[in-house]
Parts: sequence; C-alpha cells; structure tokens
Amino acid sequence: MSEPLLQVEQLQTHFWTPDGINRAVDGISFHVGAGETVAIVGESGCGKSVTAMSMLRLIPEPPGKIAGSIKFQGKDLLKLSEKEMRAIRGNEISMIFQEPMTSLNPVLNVARQIGETLRLHQGLSARQAEDKAIEMLTLVGIPEPARRVREYPHQLSGGMRQRVMIAIALACNPKLLIADEPTTALDVTIQAQILDLMRDLKHRVGAAIVLITHDLGVVAEVAERVIVMYAGKKVEEAQVGALFRTPRHPYTQGLLGSVPKLGSSLTGTETRLAEIPGLVPSLKRKIDGCVFASRCAYATDLCRKLAPALEEKAPGHVAACHYAMKEAIAA
Amino acid sequence: MFAYVVRRVLATIPVMGLVALFVFSLLYLAPGDPAAVIAGDQATPQDVERIRASLGLDRPYLVRFGEWFFRILQGDLGLSIFTNLPVTTMIAQRIEPTLSLMILTLILAISIAVPMGVIAAWKQGTLIDRAVMGFAVLGFSVPVFVVGYVLAYIFALELDWLPVQGYTPFARGFVPWLQNLILPAIALGGVYIALIARITRATMLEVLQQDYIRTARAKGANQSSILFLHALKNAAVPIVTVIGIGIALLIGGAVVTESVFAIPGLGRLTVDAILRRDYPVIQGVVLLFSFVYVLVNLAIDLAYTLFDPRIRY
Ligand SMILES: Nc1ncnc2c1ncn2[C@@H]1O[C@H](COP(=O)(O)OP(=O)(O)OP(=O)(O)O)[C@@H](O)[C@H]1O
Ligand SMILES: [Mg+2]
Repeated sequence: MSEPLLQVEQLQTHFWTPDGINRAVDGISFHVGAGETVAIVGESGCGKSVTAMSMLRLIPEPPGKIAGSIKFQGKDLLKLSEKEMRAIRGNEISMIFQEPMTSLNPVLNVARQIGETLRLHQGLSARQAEDKAIEMLTLVGIPEPARRVREYPHQLSGGMRQRVMIAIALACNPKLLIADEPTTALDVTIQAQILDLMRDLKHRVGAAIVLITHDLGVVAEVAERVIVMYAGKKVEEAQVGALFRTPRHPYTQGLLGSVPKLGSSLTGTETRLAEIPGLVPSLKRKIDGCVFASRCAYATDLCRKLAPALEEKAPGHVAACHYAMKEAIAA
Repeated sequence: MFAYVVRRVLATIPVMGLVALFVFSLLYLAPGDPAAVIAGDQATPQDVERIRASLGLDRPYLVRFGEWFFRILQGDLGLSIFTNLPVTTMIAQRIEPTLSLMILTLILAISIAVPMGVIAAWKQGTLIDRAVMGFAVLGFSVPVFVVGYVLAYIFALELDWLPVQGYTPFARGFVPWLQNLILPAIALGGVYIALIARITRATMLEVLQQDYIRTARAKGANQSSILFLHALKNAAVPIVTVIGIGIALLIGGAVVTESVFAIPGLGRLTVDAILRRDYPVIQGVVLLFSFVYVLVNLAIDLAYTLFDPRIRY
C-alpha cells in the first residue's frame, strides 16, 4: 500500500495553564488519503480545533506543546523549520476557520487577501494576483467579482466572507484542505449553499479534506470516513456508511441517538449531535480508565480502571471500548 | 468625503475663534494692570498712561478684541513692544529652527517608537518587552532638560562628537543641520517616544489576538508581514491619534529644549517675550502654536480613512 497523503501518529497537544496541564489532544492517530474527505466529529471542547491547528502548527507555543508526528507527503511537519513550515501553510495545506465574520483582515481588501498566498507561494505580481483573485471569486460563486475584489470584509455578508475564505484556501491548489466547522456560524440556508460549494469544489479541485463539524448531516453528505473524538482522544473510526449503520462506541451511539437513518433527509438543524447526559471530563486530570466511563450507561469497574485500546471491530472499523463486540452493541 | 473635509475645516473656525479670544485675554488675565506691568518699576504715571493708550486699553474690551481679531485675519499680529518690529517678521525669523526641531523629532520618534512597541508586543513578557517598557517609564519620568543636559555633556562635551549648542540653517547643508539638531531632538523626543511605544504595544497586543492574525499565519505569511502589515495597519488608528495629541507635548517641550541647547527658535522667542512682557509677541506665538495643533489634529482625523476602510465620512 502506498503512503497516505497525511499520516498523523500519536499527536499530543497539551497546554500548560496556570491550573494544570490541559490535554486538549491526547494521542490521536489517523491518516488521510489523497483526495479523500475525512470528517472529525465530537462535542464542543473535545479538541477538534486544536487537532486542526496542530496540523499546521498554528498552536501558540508556549503555552501549547505539540508531540508525536504529522507526516505529510512523507515529511514530518513537526520536524520542519518555521520557514519550511511557512512554505507549506496556505500552499500545500490550507485551512478554513470556524469564524467567517472575524477571520478576514478588516483593513485589507479582498484582492489583497486572496492575492497574498499567490504572491507568497507562486511569486505572482500584484497585478497577476488580482486577476487570479477575480478568477477565484468566480469559482466560489461570488457575483460581480471584479467589483467585489476591491471591497473590504465589512462590505460582505457572512456567507460571502466564508466564500472568500474558501477562495483564499484554494488559491494555491492545496493538496489538503482543513475545514474547521466552515458552516457553523452561518444561517441554515447559507450553510447549505456553502456545503454545496465545498462538495462541488472538492470534485473540481481534487484536494483531500479534513472536515471538522458538529453536524452529522454534513458528515453523511460529504465525508467518506469519520473519526469520532472524545476528550482529546479518538474513540471510533469507520467508513461513513458503517458508522451510521453500526456505531460501535457508546459515545457514537449517543451522538447518533436521535438522528434519522442514513438516506432519509439529512440536512438542516435537526441532525445536530444529540445531547448526551453528563459533562465532558476535565482534560486537566489524567484519566486512568475509559475517558467516557463517567457518562456511559454500560460502564463497569473494568472501564473505570483500564483504558480500552483502539481495536478493529470490523474491517476498517475501529473503536475504543471493552464491550464493543464484533457486532454492534444492542442499544 | 469632500463634504466632510469642508465641514471639518469649517468646524475649526469657531475653535480658532475661541483660541484667539483666549489668547487675546491673556494680557488681561495676567495679574495687575498690564500697562503698569509692561512699563516696569521705574515708570512714571505718564509712561503708564502712554503705554495704556498705545495698547488701546482705554477703549471697551470687546471692541478691542474685534479690532485685534480683524487685523489677525489680515495677517497682522501687531508690533513687538520691545523691538517695535512686526510680530509676523519676528516669528518668520525664528520659525525654521523650531520647525526643523519638531519635524526631526517627529520622524525620529515615530520611526523608533512604533517598531519598539510592535516588537515589545510580539515578544510580550520577555526581557525585550520589559526593556522597552522600562525605557517608556524612564522617558515619562525624566524631564526634558535633564535628558538634554546629560546628552550634551556626554556627546558634546566629553566625546566631542557633536556641537554643544546652536543651530545651523538647513540651507547650509543637511549634515551640519542634523549635527546641531540630533541631541535636542532626542531630548525632546523622549516622552513622545515613550507615549507612542506604549500605545503601540497595547494596541498591538489586542490586535495580535484577533482571528485574522491566525488566518494570516495559516496563509504562510512571515512574522514581519504579520506584525507590520496585518497587525500594525489594524492598530494604526489609536497610534496615529496619540501621535497627534502628543504634538502638544512637543510644542511645550520645544520651548525648554531650545533654551537648553540655545537654539534661536520660537521657543526662545516665547521665553524672551515672556521675560520682557512683550504681549503682542506672546499672543502671536501662542496663536500660531494653537493653529498648528488644530490643523495637525484635523489632518490626523482625515488620515484615519487611509488606515481603516470602515471609517467613512
Ligand atoms: N491557546 C490555548 N491555551 C489553553 N488551552 C487551549 C488553547 N486552545 C485550546 N485550548 C483548550 O483545548 C481544548 C479543546 O479545544 P478545541 O477548541 O479544540 O475544542 P473543539 O472541539 O474545537 O470545540 P468546538 O466544537 O467548541 O469548536 C479546550 O479545553 C480548550 O480550552
Ligand atoms: Mg473548534
């Protein structure tokens, strides 16, 4: 088997805070193949954004500290110099953020902000960069691109700003696009539009995508594989169909709880992650047993003492649960 | 935009009118009978009367103000009591050194203070940051004349690198001009640098927390572009505002600096005029300084649009 585009091994991102070490990401491994779309889901605060930012080394160090390895096209990103890393950011790997309203620079116009990556990574002149920026705006479906390109973020709606962010991210034809909840902050109708755009572009551009989301409807529609995170750890990973059909981990089952079956209507707000009773445990304490034990209906003494390892429960389907058998746990 | 400029320029007229009224009243706010004060201890009552008449003090206050104001509008600031020369001529003779000193200080201060503040914010909490902040406290607390004398002692008297005092007109060459002005500019700039560096650091600290800075990093921008393009442009409005307000500090400081370094500028003229109670000269100089201050701040208000597209007039 050839090497995947991205291979993350034992990624650990910890924050040294005044009241202890926050183990935001605690030993995650996964891979992303060329052109593949992998979703990362999990409740708020489980370390999704930190995982995403660690991949581009955008975590402030200190207080953060990243360990493990992140092999991108065979090179370990954690071993690169800052200069080598800059050549990758926005060029081979780019990122779209959760907050479209605040992620664009308010005092620079759209041409300048899209053009920046082109000038940095492809050495285009200001003039060429502007032409390319107009082209990118057309690609992401912004009407009157020649006029819009001269505008500033405050003149654009939230949906348009996220389109501009996508244009920035795709300008240099990255091999990997990390999208951190690209639709969460937008209106429902705009969410659907942005999602359509991303699906459309995925086919045209051919970049691999790591899609971070709360929205299982989005996962079902866009992703091929899903990684479920809980308290800084990966608790389950499977092809999207298998995960929706036979979730192995009680946490995933909880998340899917009230979600309609795959194939029925999966867009809109009713497909958001279901509420699971209880709270995510503090990431500042080392947990000996299973991280989910405190909220799990099936938890036993074994779960509270011994952390379950990730085990292959079916071909290509791993879960970290002592009681997840070769078939789904009866719910 | 154009309408706004016109409106702002018109709005400065009442301000300048009030300033003029205040400046005119200086003479009468001063304790005692101005004519007697001007005439001095040895004067006879006749002398005092003569001065009173020459000042027009025997006529109603508002009438005199009206006449005075009307003359100012025509560019006539009156005659010096001491030299009998027109005040405008005296100011014209003295304006170059002061203007030179202020402009050099301004350029020096901005080009030192802004990078200082930016770097302190970038390296927040490190030794560099603390050194900058320490310098800022020093700049605030040590008076201009102390800095001036210390600098003159070290660089002019001990090391003999620079002239101790005096002024060389710009027309006689940039280097001699600079040699004479560099120490005064540093002395005068101390407080100003401290002020600008502090506000730059504080504003930059806030801006560097913003999401768009993270976006810039994610695009592969290098550190200097993040600091000086992405962040500084967002921090510009408060910094420029302080630069404008700080011009008042420069004007006040110039008077002292010119005395320390014996620079024949407006500051010296002001001090001499005050010592001689040469009211027309005092009024002329104060009026000029106020006018410059109002204009600078107007220019700065208009400059905001250059930095922040969200500000529209
Ligand atoms: N700079 C930082 N310093 C200290 N702790 C941090 C920092 N950034 C993130 N964290 C911590 O890391 C943990 C994971 O946060 P993260 O933003 O990755 O969650 P998330 O899964 O993206 O949640 P959401 O769905 O709300 O976006 C949180 O406990 C957060 O407080
Ligand atoms: Mg997040």
